[in-house]
Amino acid sequence: MKSLFSIYKRELTAFFTQPTAYAIIVIYLFLSMGITFTFGSFFRIGDANLEYSHFFWNPWLFMLLAPAVAMGLWSDEQRTGTIELLGTLPTSTWAAIFGKYLAAATVCLVAIACTFPLWITVNLLGEPDNLTIFSGYLGSFLVCCTFLAVTMLVSAFTRDQVVCLIVSVAICVFMVMSGFDPVIIELAKALPESVTESLVAFGVWDHFRSLMRGAFRLQDFIWFATTIIASLMGTSAILSARRS
Amino acid sequence: MIDVKNLTKRFGSKVAVDDLSFTVEKGEVLGFLGPNGAGKSTTMRMVTGFFPATAGNIEICGISMIDHPEEAKRKIGYLPESAPLYNDMTVSGFLSWSAEMRGLRGAARKEALAQVIETCFLDKVAKQSIDTLSKGYRHRTCLAQALIHDPEVLILDEPTDGLDPNQKMEIRKLIKKLGETKTVLFSTHILEEVEAACSRAVIVDRGAIVADGTPDELVKQGGGSLYELFHKVTSTETATAA
Repeated sequence: MKSLFSIYKRELTAFFTQPTAYAIIVIYLFLSMGITFTFGSFFRIGDANLEYSHFFWNPWLFMLLAPAVAMGLWSDEQRTGTIELLGTLPTSTWAAIFGKYLAAATVCLVAIACTFPLWITVNLLGEPDNLTIFSGYLGSFLVCCTFLAVTMLVSAFTRDQVVCLIVSVAICVFMVMSGFDPVIIELAKALPESVTESLVAFGVWDHFRSLMRGAFRLQDFIWFATTIIASLMGTSAILSARRS
Repeated sequence: MIDVKNLTKRFGSKVAVDDLSFTVEKGEVLGFLGPNGAGKSTTMRMVTGFFPATAGNIEICGISMIDHPEEAKRKIGYLPESAPLYNDMTVSGFLSWSAEMRGLRGAARKEALAQVIETCFLDKVAKQSIDTLSKGYRHRTCLAQALIHDPEVLILDEPTDGLDPNQKMEIRKLIKKLGETKTVLFSTHILEEVEAACSRAVIVDRGAIVADGTPDELVKQGGGSLYELFHKVTSTETATAA
């Protein structure tokens, strides 16, 4: 547990001593705020719960930004050889995986938390349901954590960060698109119902949408937890297999 | 202190280490000699717990690396072949983190940090970022992280590789000094290092030990030259086979 915390601290410090975390946070804030007040039509639709003006756009941003945060987590260790240092320290692979994952999740949490003036603003301008807004934030964070876990799994496969970024973005785009209604409607015309249903189940929308609207459903939490844990277990398996 | 029995490592159908057995006692510096691709680094990676062994057993100070890896790893200080370091950290930041990972906290960590900075002559670069260090300083920083917890067993994979003659001499002296109180296993393909730093040496070829003895014994076996013995017992195609 102590070593997990040491790894977490090291990774988090690395994010903030390099420009990575700042670039991600600033770009996320710039894009998310820009979209909220333009495409999101914040003022025109008077969406005090921020459902469609703000939260709706988060998966689209995270499918590009989360892989940028997590792409180096294992690929960089493998490229520089520091994985050999880490692997010979008296700690478990799980401590390293969790430490790194939590550090990346913290960077994303900071980025999401920095949109808090929006929450204050809607409370000043209208009467929002704050539980729905909290739920929207939670859903956004869970989507981001899912994409981080998927990227971490990909980064265990390769020592090349660019390859990791491209593959992870492709998977995350697929996870966003495969549950997005306009895409599913088109796919349903060409594919059997069972295939379309499978694609929807793989996508994040079905689970994110309910949280965005303020509905806490157990099945959504199970889906997020299962996807994240499966990706982290996959990471552990790949790292072990690469040494065997 | 290091007890390796029937160690085997296969990567698919390729046998990298073949039924290797050796022991290194406390106060002994064992030189692990061999041509490139002979299985030296693979053996060291198994002894340090980085690679799982396909078969065999490794004991570090009586603790099995196979059954209790975390406990066994606590006893070891390891310098990997290319001296990998986290480039985003400063020298003292990295060493402090290494100490923390080894379970050192508070005053003990500060003391250990000051000690290795002095032993490895790092005081000039302690506050410097690792990505600005020269190769010699990088090696010394990586050696410092291996020494920070004052380990009983020291495993060094080609510790002088890529260093200039002065730095090589410094490292050899340091290894010899450390060998007085610790168990040291270090690999090299530079034959002079055997006589300069080892109390015993083994020559490895194609994953198996082909010669074992004190530097003097090995010189005798080679008819007065370690080069002759090395040439006689190792195969020239090993490097290409790797």
